[in-house]
Amino acid sequence: MAITYTSGEQVEVYRFSIPATILIPLAAIFLQAWLPLKLHFFRVFDLPLLVTIGFATARRSQLAGLFTGGIIGLLQDALTHQPIGLYGISKTVVGFGASSLGIKLDVEHAGARFLLTIAFYVVHEIVYFMIARGLVSLHLEWSWSRELWSGLANAFLGVLLYALMDRVKQRT
Amino acid sequence: MESLFGRYRNLIVLVGVLFAQILGLAMQVKRTNDIESTRLIRVWVVDAVSPPEKLLAWVQAAVGGVWHNYFYLRGVRADNRALKQEIERMRLEEVRVSQDADQARRLQALLAFKEQFISQTVAAQVIGSSGSEQSRAVYIDKGEDAGIKPDMAVITADGVVGKVLHVYGSTSLVLLINDQTSGVGAILEKTRLQGILRGTPAGEIALEKVMSDETVPVGELVLTSGGDRIFPKGLPVGRVTKVSPGSDLFLNIRVKPAISLSRLEEVLVVTKIDERQTEPDRSATARAADILSERLPTVPPKAENAPGGAAAPSSSSSAPKPAAEAKPKVSPSATVPNGTAPVARKAVTPPPSSPGSLVKPAAEAKPKVSPPAPAPNGTAPVARKAVTPAPSSPGSPSKSAADIKPKVSPPASAITGTVPPARKALMPPPPSAGNVSKVAAGNGAKTSPKPVKPATEPKTQPAAQETPQ
Repeated sequence: MAITYTSGEQVEVYRFSIPATILIPLAAIFLQAWLPLKLHFFRVFDLPLLVTIGFATARRSQLAGLFTGGIIGLLQDALTHQPIGLYGISKTVVGFGASSLGIKLDVEHAGARFLLTIAFYVVHEIVYFMIARGLVSLHLEWSWSRELWSGLANAFLGVLLYALMDRVKQRT
Repeated sequence: MESLFGRYRNLIVLVGVLFAQILGLAMQVKRTNDIESTRLIRVWVVDAVSPPEKLLAWVQAAVGGVWHNYFYLRGVRADNRALKQEIERMRLEEVRVSQDADQARRLQALLAFKEQFISQTVAAQVIGSSGSEQSRAVYIDKGEDAGIKPDMAVITADGVVGKVLHVYGSTSLVLLINDQTSGVGAILEKTRLQGILRGTPAGEIALEKVMSDETVPVGELVLTSGGDRIFPKGLPVGRVTKVSPGSDLFLNIRVKPAISLSRLEEVLVVTKIDERQTEPDRSATARAADILSERLPTVPPKAENAPGGAAAPSSSSSAPKPAAEAKPKVSPSATVPNGTAPVARKAVTPPPSSPGSLVKPAAEAKPKVSPPAPAPNGTAPVARKAVTPAPSSPGSPSKSAADIKPKVSPPASAITGTVPPARKALMPPPPSAGNVSKVAAGNGAKTSPKPVKPATEPKTQPAAQETPQ
């Protein structure tokens, strides 16, 4: 009987090896810090966020998703001079949400991944904006057009990144 | 209970993790008001606990007030309380008066000004960024091992980059000037208006705290004022690109940075700043009356007194030498209203600068005499009419004041160090509006009698603006 990926009980759950689990987020954080120096347009992208979504949708575990997002976010916060926790909270929410959706939906399709990335990018920016304005009192400006265009750009990159991550994930 | 936890386990864990992170944020973030900054968690706890405490205190006061004021020694306590308040008020007033007296004594001794010169820099390479658009900071490859310390200025040959925020073993985090948490004391080159440069969320730079009734031309150069005690004075920051009325009392001024902050590769970290203090000539024991008389116009020497004689350095400066020499412009550039570069930096030929140093320290800036505001023909200004000062009389002060011309600075040629000792600073001029960035060391230097600014003082740029950039 063919395995259908649209059924909740038959959705495949993947895992990643320990080196991949450690190195991929670190590489994403490093590239996020280094690439904008060379490619100025790269500031638009959020590689750690894409990695968080990739891990969460592959593992399809809410606990794993929220912890992965939290840790990646905290590491990203540590590079900035803002208080630690802004990206941590945002990516925790995204990790939990992406893994929750990964359980319910078919996220193997490129189109689904594209839309999922746009949606969670906007969710991530909204949570960050609320935390930064409400708790840290940062003066941030919100622009729907800018966030949507950035979401589109991240979605294009995310689809490519997820295809790369598919090569290292393992079926459980 | 167990089934509830089991059913919502993931959600409970999510809430727990989020709560832990919010708690961590609250322990880091500080809420700042006009007086101090307090951690957010303290604010939350105090806000939660203080209302019940206030309620209890109010109840206690009400009950106690009813008892004491109406059932027990009615009126006596009120008198006692009033007397105690009077005593406290008088004690506070006494403290204030004594503080005023102390301040007056300190201000009397507050005379000397120090200028800052970059004397040592460390070159560093930009190796990374913070990775976030909300955090405009870069990492450099020099840290504690290279002598870097927090709050050191970071510059390039073209302008200001930012300041060191955190220092690690072999790297440092530099906060760029276009970050919204950054602040740089700034001054406009020509208009000498001071303000604060801050970053905007979009990564631009805005000059704040300039009153809306001021005129700021587009294209004006913005320099560091030195008031933040981080960046030495006179470093270029950028140019004004847009001026518009702000929503409050201040103008909305946008500044384009002098350097491209998104294309940094190599920077210089200012590791040492020397403060040079002008030393008044303590060997001269001139009396105040003598000094005043020197400043008053005198009668020019007659023709038979050797028109080209040694007495007069030039034909036009027939003003008495003591008067001419009595104007050591020890004040920093900010006092020069016409926007000249720092005086001390162009007074003498600077010594060989240390590698990477941006501003050549004026090591021999002892004769801190200002360049003359040159007359159009290049001669020294005819500052003093030859009028012997009359003794003070009811009718004469105005005449003397009218004849008192701008301070006769020695000719530019005399600035290069050949000024005779007698021309050295006798009295520094009093502080002017642009002098706020200077450190007033208050080392007991003599106060200067108030120089009289003539109405006809020429407002021309000095001949040389040698501030190295």
